[in-house]
Amino acid sequence: MGLLSKKDAALIKDPLADNNPITIQVLGICSALAITAELEAAIVMSVSVLFVLGIGNVVISLMRNIIPSKIRIIVQLIVVAALVIIVDQVLKAFAYELSKTLSVFVGLIITNCIIMGRFEAFALANGPWRSFLDGIGNSLGYGVILIIVAFFRELLGAGTLLGFKVLGDPIEKTGVYAFGYENNGFMLLAPMALIVVGIIIWIQRSRNTALVEDH
Amino acid sequence: MSKKTDSNVYTIIFAIAMVIVVGGLLAFTASALRPRIDNNERLEKQQNILYAMGVNANDESSAVFVSTAEAPELFSKYISKQLVIQGDKVSEDENAYLIDVKKEQASAKAGNQRRLPLFVGEKDGKTFYIAPIRGKGLWDAIWAYIAMDKDMVVQGAYFDHKGETAGLGANIKQRYFMDDFIGESLMNSGEFKGITVAKGNNDPKNENKGDNKVDAIAGATITGDGVSAMLKSELKQYVPYFENLKNN
Repeated sequence: MGLLSKKDAALIKDPLADNNPITIQVLGICSALAITAELEAAIVMSVSVLFVLGIGNVVISLMRNIIPSKIRIIVQLIVVAALVIIVDQVLKAFAYELSKTLSVFVGLIITNCIIMGRFEAFALANGPWRSFLDGIGNSLGYGVILIIVAFFRELLGAGTLLGFKVLGDPIEKTGVYAFGYENNGFMLLAPMALIVVGIIIWIQRSRNTALVEDH
Repeated sequence: MSKKTDSNVYTIIFAIAMVIVVGGLLAFTASALRPRIDNNERLEKQQNILYAMGVNANDESSAVFVSTAEAPELFSKYISKQLVIQGDKVSEDENAYLIDVKKEQASAKAGNQRRLPLFVGEKDGKTFYIAPIRGKGLWDAIWAYIAMDKDMVVQGAYFDHKGETAGLGANIKQRYFMDDFIGESLMNSGEFKGITVAKGNNDPKNENKGDNKVDAIAGATITGDGVSAMLKSELKQYVPYFENLKNN
């Protein structure tokens, strides 16, 4: 990457792999299990978080020298809540259809611990450009896991991807269903999201044993 | 070393300034955008009502509304009458579609007589009676527009929700769920029965239209129960109107 210095590039790359917010830092688990039953919702959520975390990190970074440390968590909460509500209102006025798809996610974005975590751990101590990159990197890392989990849950649970019946029709018994295959409805329930995340964590740590914590 | 941002006075001033700035910003955004948002919501109601009576742009598998640009024109073309039912009184009101069902439910709870909006639509020589209803899902409100014929047999349905789980309860607004209601009767041998969202119906293609049941969505039991309860308690209130219709 010629555009970014090595240090800056690491801000984007690390959260995608060895410092992933979900599988390594174990943040953002609540939304990871709430909205990964279908791929489309996971993609929408990932893009929303990308947007909010990118801008939120810059705002917090610009304010980092004037935020009183005693109430910094409240300030962070207000910034993210105000940001999300303004975006929601603007979408309602100018892109109503899109806002209806997103309205479900508003609450999930505000309470997403990755957002507060990055404000607290990074934006308060770094300049706006680096904070922006950090925000983008972490939300991409978050999005990648969300999309992987949603891919398997929707495929195995409903036999569809983005709503398309990729495995055939379970009622008409076409495609793989003709051979007696059945959807695993259990995949659609929240606990399976944790199990899928667990499997990803397992694969990741067995490939890179340096990530395994000693206890 | 103590920074100036650690002092109590600074903290309090900062907090007050922040509240004023953010509060002002939100209030300004909300009131500046209000007219546009209201207009969008009004158009959506028209689209929903038209959808229920079969005026829509559906493709093979997904639910598509008529465009917002066409909605007002189509609404006045297809909806011949907008009624407000209040007890035995039935009056016409061209803005009945703007009646807030949620507010009416609250006022009925407070002991007032509820105003029930009902839209009469005409299409291809058929008459549709469309009722807006509202209930509770798992997380938040769910609502629907149910188009019926004069015998209270469902001719079309549109469901929507505020915050049901994506991939599970949220699927009540999918075609495969909504379309199952078409042809189901709310009555059974002269009595109001409603339509139950039932598990283990063993009728996934929904060919049995005489059983007052549609097939449930797996993993969305509470949302489905909410739909059943909503249909039962809300549409029941329209029964006297339909009985009158038959007797006259």
